[in-house]
Amino acid sequence: MGVILKVENVSKQYRLGLVGTGTLKHDINRWWHSIRGKEDPYLTIGAVNDRSSKASEEYVWALRDIDFEVQEGEILGIIGKNGAGKSTLLKLLSQVTSPTTGMIKSKGRIASLLEVGTGFHPELTGRENIYLNGAILGMTKAEIASKIDEIIKFSGCEMYIDTPTKRYSSGMTVRLAFAVAAHLEPDILVIDEVLAVGDAEFQKKAIGKMQDISKGEGRTVLFVSHNMASVKQLCTRAMVMENGSVVFGGNVDACVEHYLKKEDKFSEEKKQVVWKKEDAPGTEDFVLRSVCTKNSDGEILGSFIDNQRIHLHIETEILQTVYNMRLNFKLYNSKEIIVFSTSSHLFEATEKTPGIYSYEVVIPEYLLNQGTYRIALQAGMPGVRQIFHLTKVLSFNIEKISASGTTYTTVLPGVVAPKIDWKIF
Amino acid sequence: MEEDKWLYEISSKKKLIDLNFKEIWRYRDLLFLFVKRDIVTVYKQTVLGPLWFFIQPLFTSVVFTLVFNNIANIDTGLVPAFLFNLSGITAWNYFKVCLTGTSNTFRSNAGIFGKVYFPRFIVPLSKVISNLFKFGIQLLILTGFYCYYVYLGHDITPSVLILLIPVYIFLLAIYGLGFGMVISTFTTKYRDLSILLGFATQLLMYLSAVPYPLSAIKEKQPEYSWIVEYNPLTQIIEGFRYILFGVSDTPFNWSTLGITAAIGIGIFFIGLILFNRTEKTFIDTV
Repeated sequence: MGVILKVENVSKQYRLGLVGTGTLKHDINRWWHSIRGKEDPYLTIGAVNDRSSKASEEYVWALRDIDFEVQEGEILGIIGKNGAGKSTLLKLLSQVTSPTTGMIKSKGRIASLLEVGTGFHPELTGRENIYLNGAILGMTKAEIASKIDEIIKFSGCEMYIDTPTKRYSSGMTVRLAFAVAAHLEPDILVIDEVLAVGDAEFQKKAIGKMQDISKGEGRTVLFVSHNMASVKQLCTRAMVMENGSVVFGGNVDACVEHYLKKEDKFSEEKKQVVWKKEDAPGTEDFVLRSVCTKNSDGEILGSFIDNQRIHLHIETEILQTVYNMRLNFKLYNSKEIIVFSTSSHLFEATEKTPGIYSYEVVIPEYLLNQGTYRIALQAGMPGVRQIFHLTKVLSFNIEKISASGTTYTTVLPGVVAPKIDWKIF
Repeated sequence: MEEDKWLYEISSKKKLIDLNFKEIWRYRDLLFLFVKRDIVTVYKQTVLGPLWFFIQPLFTSVVFTLVFNNIANIDTGLVPAFLFNLSGITAWNYFKVCLTGTSNTFRSNAGIFGKVYFPRFIVPLSKVISNLFKFGIQLLILTGFYCYYVYLGHDITPSVLILLIPVYIFLLAIYGLGFGMVISTFTTKYRDLSILLGFATQLLMYLSAVPYPLSAIKEKQPEYSWIVEYNPLTQIIEGFRYILFGVSDTPFNWSTLGITAAIGIGIFFIGLILFNRTEKTFIDTV
């Protein structure tokens, strides 16, 4: 064991806007600086890679001072939002483009499952394309020849293997391409999220193959994914990237948690709503003050891991004494199916005097399936009147990451995904 | 484990010439497959198929013979006009396809280059080799017509220097490859060049003494003939015709061949340097 890959202070700068206008001027300026032995004038400027705001600079740092090492046999997960710089990093690692500054050192050959189907020629047959694609990915002809049967079998395209690939369906092309890529044997394998190809059956096969590659054969793997479950299952170490820098690294669980918390930023307004008195939903006798979702530690979150309880916190104010008032809420999943509904009427007193009342509803852990949910909240007196009905007061996200005893890393079928015990006699 | 024994390093620094033969050798199967792909796929789903290899030079030669020799009365000496044109066009075509084939290396392969790494030089090299195959076929037709004209009683015989034919082929390839790599570099940023290239090669052909012998322009336009004479491509075309037919008004001399070769190698290295500089980051600009 030892360091097999070392990334030292790597940065990558890109030019924004209309590439082409003014390049000649900048090129001449650069050249003029370089012959006088001065630094590239455009390297000193450059905005941080933050896509949410429009950059004011003309140059942007897609990666800034990336520093990490990978040990032999390690499976490093790289997680981050879209635009965090993951793909740029992989591009640098696979030598597609070179860094603006810094150095990448490697003791092994790097090959990537970054993009499948590279160099497929539509006029060539499936078999010819396997050879061509394999050679592009760095295999020798002998290596491919020794594996061709395995590749063809894996792709499931036996019947059409001597047909030009232009006659293939797009799914078949992708499967064939993945089959080639999956049979690469580099020292360091870079896997991007290519998992989402083909039908469910093929996906399962693909993921299984990736697990074999990364687990069974003790190979060094860099794994980039948005799927926290596969990261958790596969990786031995992880790092979180954000705006072109590594912001967190180390233990996989810690990284995943860090990432999910960060990702939360998206739904700031969806995880907590606090109303001002004037526009609070309600009537003259009853108003809603605030709602939020929290974890068991009291942190306000919008993204939960399936092993966390979700505490729905509702604060209301009674302005005049009310009778038989109750709160109901319904939980909808993204397919607009009501997962469950519940009401406060069993817990409420019939008569409520003015004051501030807080409700806390706990959704147990290991109940909900992975996905996005919305909460519809309704208050009223049955048979008398409705006070308010908010169809989408909050929404939150469930990330399923605890192994459910299967290698199924896509969403399990079913409205709920409770932990079910099996007893075998 | 020793700290400094890295298999390779990727950094922003660029070596001037970074032609890693070991690496190219390791990817020789890829080179072979690219060559095969180029040859096999060009005429797939065409009716005439490889016959197109013949048709283009033959028709061009017929037109040239009509226009330049029958109408413009350019004298080709002892060599039959058609054979003269066919030989020039065959040689010129090889240069042209090498040039145009390599000049769009970066742009037409941006898809692959943006995804995987392999020595980029493989691509222009494969173009030169696959075109060599087409050139070989065209050379066969040329040989066919050669025999036919000899049979008709024309007094042409190849000189002993016919043995130099691989040298001339090499020179055509190296000029095409060198210029092609220079152009491919600049087209990544400035696309104007790829538009220019189309008619520039057309014009260059007339400046390279393809449809007429060098002696003809010297005689008719003595004040401008130096443009053609100092064009190294003219020397290659003229030399090629000389070794084929053994007759020419501008006799073969070794020093011209030497200078032409030296310039060719120079252009090749300039092309290679630019190519090396571009291959590392072009994907950001293309």
